[in-house]
Amino acid sequence: MDVTVILDAIPLLIEQGLRLTLELLFLSLAVGLVFAVLIALMRLSGIPGVAHAAYAFVYFFRSTPLLVQFFLIYYGLGQFRPELQAVGLWQFFREPFWCAITALTFNTAAYTSEMIRGGIQSVPHGQIEAARACGMSRVTVFRRIVLPLAIRQALPAYSNEVVLMLHATALASTITLMEMTGLAGRIASRTFDPVSAYVAVGLIYLVITLLLTRGLKWIEWKSTAYLRPRDG
Amino acid sequence: MDFALLTLGDTGWGDELLRGLVTTVALAVLSYLLGIVLGLIGAFGKLSGRRGIRLLAEGYTTVVRGIPTLVLVFIIFFGLEAAIGSALDAFGYTGQVFLDAFTMGVIAIGLLSGAYSTEAIRGALVAIPAGQIEAARAFGMPPRLIFRRITLPLLLRIALPSLGNVWQLTLKDTSLISVMGLTDLMRQAFVAGNSTREPFTFFLAAALLYLVVSAVTNRLFDVAERRFSRGVRRA
Repeated sequence: MDVTVILDAIPLLIEQGLRLTLELLFLSLAVGLVFAVLIALMRLSGIPGVAHAAYAFVYFFRSTPLLVQFFLIYYGLGQFRPELQAVGLWQFFREPFWCAITALTFNTAAYTSEMIRGGIQSVPHGQIEAARACGMSRVTVFRRIVLPLAIRQALPAYSNEVVLMLHATALASTITLMEMTGLAGRIASRTFDPVSAYVAVGLIYLVITLLLTRGLKWIEWKSTAYLRPRDG
Repeated sequence: MDFALLTLGDTGWGDELLRGLVTTVALAVLSYLLGIVLGLIGAFGKLSGRRGIRLLAEGYTTVVRGIPTLVLVFIIFFGLEAAIGSALDAFGYTGQVFLDAFTMGVIAIGLLSGAYSTEAIRGALVAIPAGQIEAARAFGMPPRLIFRRITLPLLLRIALPSLGNVWQLTLKDTSLISVMGLTDLMRQAFVAGNSTREPFTFFLAAALLYLVVSAVTNRLFDVAERRFSRGVRRA
């Protein structure tokens, strides 16, 4: 391990790799969150086929390694190239970036839907009754009462998920993407000092992790402000 | 998809996949056990009265949980042999140190598993009612006996649900060692998919095998949880 290699690698990694890492992270988190709400609603819908399909989706993505999911989509879908070309999806799944986004999105959707489901189920019955009594429609009740309370309940677990997703983006390097970990691999082979290259990238991840955790703690604190006594 | 490729024997890849599965499970079990040991040390370290030990344990979990597992695996695989080599140098041993992929895999995934176990065990240790320990002490039990008869059974009861989650995480993360060339389930699926040009078939088969192992072991943890909660009154 060589300190000068680490110090040279850090700015390079940030300049050329950080952007892609953050794009992977935030794009998949955003799309995944929308899917997660839909899946949670499907599971709670009580409609037999729909609820089971959502459960199967969640179960599959939570009990298989993320690496398998990456390879299943990136290498695996090539097996169905003619079919995908016929429906025009091949353009999409040919790109490693979109394969990574798909894998990360499905993965976080599966985990997050469980948090949201738990959150929705924890909403006190009286709150919903009160909203109904005020004459709100079901959609309004969901938008104004259930969802905000559910999100607040799910937030601590979701903070953890954000950090895990940051770390999950590193797997994109296994399907040829040059995000920070992929870039570290390139630096490793150029400098013949893999340990320094990976320590450098590890330090960057560590700092981002700590910043994310801090930021999310702050949001949690803000979102529960109404539960604290007013100061002074 | 040609499912005949998944049969056992010379024409199918079923036996290769199963052999990979054995490696995967062995790697996961050994890493998990190493993780439990590290977790016990880490948890007592975090609750230690000595500041240095506390900081060391805190640093261990923060670093391991703060970087991607893949990066941790790379650092271990590229750096461990040299690190052990130079440590042995200090004792006058100058030979080469060589560790195979399986051993390094156990160490890398064990370190990861240990960091999560530390949190699980620490949480459980804190949750043990002080009165239980006091009562045992009042009976005149020596510390070791207290640990065996009071702390450990209570610890298992409280920590088992989280330790079950750590096991699932450990099992899934073993797949990363395939990147370093260990012929586990993931690697076998990769090789089979490449040579038959049916990667989806084999990655799906591998995914389902992981799923089955995860489901079966989940059951085992449920049984264990019930067994260690025999004394708890349920509403």
